[in-house]
Formats: sequence, C-alpha cells, structure tokens
Amino acid sequence: MTYQPSPLRLQREAARRRVSRQSTLVALISTVAIASVLVIVVTGAPGFKLVRQSFFSWHYAVSAFPHVLSGLWLNLRVMVIAEIFVLILGLLIALARTSHSPILYPIRLMATIYTDIFRGLPLLLVLFLVGLGVPGLQISWITNSAVVLGTTSLVLTYSAYVAEVIRAGIEAVNPAQRMAGRALGLTQSQTQRYVILPQALRKVAPPLLNDLVSLQKDSGLISVLGAIDAIRSAGIETAQSFNFTPYVVAGALFVALTIPLTRFTDWLTRKQDRARVQQGQW
Amino acid sequence: MTKSMLEVKNLRKSYGPDLVLHDISVALAEHEVKVLVGASGSGKSTLLRAINLLEGIDDGQILLDGQDITAVKVNPDEIRSQIGSVFQSFNLFPHLNVLQNITLAPRKVHGVSKEESEANAMQMLERFGLVDKAKQYPDLLSGGQQQRVAILRAVITKPKVLLLDEVTSALDPILIAEVLALISELKAEGMTMMIATHEMGFAKRVADQVLFLHRGQIVEAGSAKEILEDPKTMELQNFLSALREAGRL
Repeated sequence: MTYQPSPLRLQREAARRRVSRQSTLVALISTVAIASVLVIVVTGAPGFKLVRQSFFSWHYAVSAFPHVLSGLWLNLRVMVIAEIFVLILGLLIALARTSHSPILYPIRLMATIYTDIFRGLPLLLVLFLVGLGVPGLQISWITNSAVVLGTTSLVLTYSAYVAEVIRAGIEAVNPAQRMAGRALGLTQSQTQRYVILPQALRKVAPPLLNDLVSLQKDSGLISVLGAIDAIRSAGIETAQSFNFTPYVVAGALFVALTIPLTRFTDWLTRKQDRARVQQGQW
Repeated sequence: MTKSMLEVKNLRKSYGPDLVLHDISVALAEHEVKVLVGASGSGKSTLLRAINLLEGIDDGQILLDGQDITAVKVNPDEIRSQIGSVFQSFNLFPHLNVLQNITLAPRKVHGVSKEESEANAMQMLERFGLVDKAKQYPDLLSGGQQQRVAILRAVITKPKVLLLDEVTSALDPILIAEVLALISELKAEGMTMMIATHEMGFAKRVADQVLFLHRGQIVEAGSAKEILEDPKTMELQNFLSALREAGRL
C-alpha cells in the first residue's frame, strides 16, 4: 500500500512553508534597511570623501599590495611556528598544573605563576620586554632578531592562555574515567595520556582554535619590534604616500587569513553541539 | 581446602567521623562467588573500592593470592592489573571504540601486542554476541551492551578476582538479563567474583555465599536461601521487607 500523506500533514507543511517564507522576507527587509541606513550615514558624513581617499584608494591599494603580501609571508611563517610551540608549551604547562605528584610541586608552582603573569601582561608589553630587553642584556649567543624575539613573545603569552584552556578540558573530564583507567591497572601517566587527554582536547577544541585565530591576528604586532611583516610593510608604504590604504590592505589580508580557521571552529562547535543533543546531554 | 584468592582481615575505614567499614573480615576461595547485599550506604561499594586500592583503608589487611596488597611497599598499579573492576556507570572510554576499550589494558599494562590482544578481544566479542559492535563507539550501544563490554574489558586480562559494583543498577529489566547471563557464564568458567547487587534473584543463582552488610558490618552470612528465607537479625528482616515492599523481591 502506498503512503498517502494525511490532510493534517499537508496542512502542517503548508503552514511551515508560510512561516519560513515570512522569515526570509523579514530577514531580507531588515538587512536592506540597516544597510541603507549605514550607507546613508557613512557617505553622508562631511569627511567621507577625504576618508575614502586616504583609506580606500584603489590606486594605492594596487601599488601597495605586492609589498604587503610579501610582508604577510613573514606573518604566515610566524603564525605557524608560534602555533606549534604554543600548543606544545601550553600542553606541558596544563599537564604540570593538573599533576598531583609531589616531585612536580615546584614545577606546578612555576606553571601557576607563569599563567598568572602572562595572562595578565598586555602582549605589547611582553613584546617590548623581550624584544628590546633581551638584546639589551648583550648575551652573545642570544639572537637580536626581531622576528625570533617577537615570535617568542607571542609564544610566551599565548601558551598561558592555551594552557588554561587545556587545563579546563582536563578538569571537565568525568573523574570516573580516571578511576576506570586506574582500575584497569594503567598508571597515572598512562591514564592521563590514553584516557583523559584525548577526551579533554576534544572538549576544548573550539576555544583552543579560537585562541589560535587570535594568535594569527596578533602576529601583526611583531611589527613594533621592526620586523618587516605585512603591517610594517604597509607602514613603509604609508610613510611614502601619506595614504593609509596599505594598512587597510594588510587588515583585509589578515581577515582573509583567519577566516578559514574561524569557519572551521564554528563548524566543529556546531558538530559537537549536535552530538551532545543526540546523546541527550544538553 | 581450596586456597584463598582474596582475604580481607579486620578492615576498617572511615570518612572523617563516619565509620563506613567496621572490622570487616571475609575470605574468597578460588572460583568462589560471594554476593554483598545491603542498603545504599551500607559500605558495599567502599569495600570493593578498598579491595582494588582505589580507596585507602584505616586499619586491617587485604591479601590477594597470599600477598598483602595493603603493605606500604606494594605498587598499586600492579595490584590493580590483577583485579578486574566493573562499575554501575560502565565508565567505558567514549573516545575509543569497543575493540580499543577492551584492548587498552592488555596492550599498555600487560604488554600484549596489538595483533594478539585484538585477536583475543574479537574472539571474546564473538563468544558473547558482540562482535558486530567491535568498531562502534560506546555512545551508540545500549546500556546492557555497554555494561557487557565493560565486563569483557575487565576480564580479558584474566584477573585473579573480579569485582562487580551494582553493575545492573543503571539498567532496565530486559538489559539486566543479558548482563546477568554474561556473569553466570563467567561463574561457570570459574571466575572468582565479589558482587555487590540489589538483584536478590540473581544472588540466588550465582552466589556461593551471600553477605548482608549493614552500617559497615557483616551482620549475616549464609547461602542465598538462608539469607532470604531465614533471616536471623532484625536488620536483615527489615531490609528484606523493604525490598519486598518495593517489589524487588
């Protein structure tokens, strides 16, 4: 026998379609309205013409683009290297902070102080302290490279954030999991490695990626130490033309660079939320 | 006389001012199955957790196969690797599939190769009708299947003693039956077990001896028949009539 949808179902579906058509229409109208208001306010501003010339000049954008892009290549390398070190260092600090072994007490204490300090210190200050202070020590075997010291500052600051995120993940794993691991005869560190950490990292993947997005963007700050990155290159262009468009170009490139990771983070978060709802843990 | 696989002598344990285990002595011969019954909070779980060293004790001694496992110099990880434990809430590892859950301890604790431990595990899953679940993650299994996997995870390393703590309490009646069938099969194979349970019918089927715990003390001990039909103490009588009222007997 073939299935005939009941009138009730057809009615319900028609009503749903009506509601969804209405929502689309409302969204469309509201978008157009807000966009028009924005356009009118901005273009109607008395200084609009001047701002457009000095920040959004097509001419300067085209001429600055190759320079800014080659500077961005440095940012890209700094990002990748810093991300790798941040993840490793952050993980080690989180492990140190969550360990209970008495032998690790001093390390635990140091890890706590470390995260307290570097989460509180403004990144700009760390950049100055490391980037200008360390060369000032005049130790012959330590580099003066702005890139290396800038990357080090990023790693120092972001490791503190990432460590706290990972620690939160470790503490969010049900203690019964640790008990089950130990009951099987796994040692403390085996339980941590095979039972707790994989679950913890899964739990905190979205906030962790969020920190990495933030790190990518902040890689532009190493320009204050003189490293010729995208921001610095834009600055050099600007200094020649007194037009700020190169900065906008650099900004657009940074946004373009972080968007893939941002979208990936959103996707992962939604996927995890869905899984939780399916398991009834919402 | 068969040898004592597990011997608990004058065990005493308190949480702050609360005395949870009060001079408990119990011996488990090889292949013997003892069932602990008693109200919640009577100390059943604490006793089981003390035996696999997940819980420290205040006084007394526990011998596993003749070795004093409460001695200071004992490595608790090594002892736990010789004892199987299963909990009320299954506690399977959600990030590992069934096969990985079962083979984790053989590989990491007992040094068995991946191939060999997987072959063993598959054989076991086959025997207990779970082979089609080998690659699935625990979330997708029913409670009864999860608990059976948890039991297989505990017995694959051939423990000297298997401790089962209220393993059916989180399950509905149909799922309980499949878990109990597995435990009966383990008994038939000669597994030495200490079981805390509310299932009196099941206690009757598998218990060589039933111990009734009340406020941290073993108040009565005997065959399931004796405990159920001829309670001698007031406490046991009260416990049984409470079970009867709740329709659990």
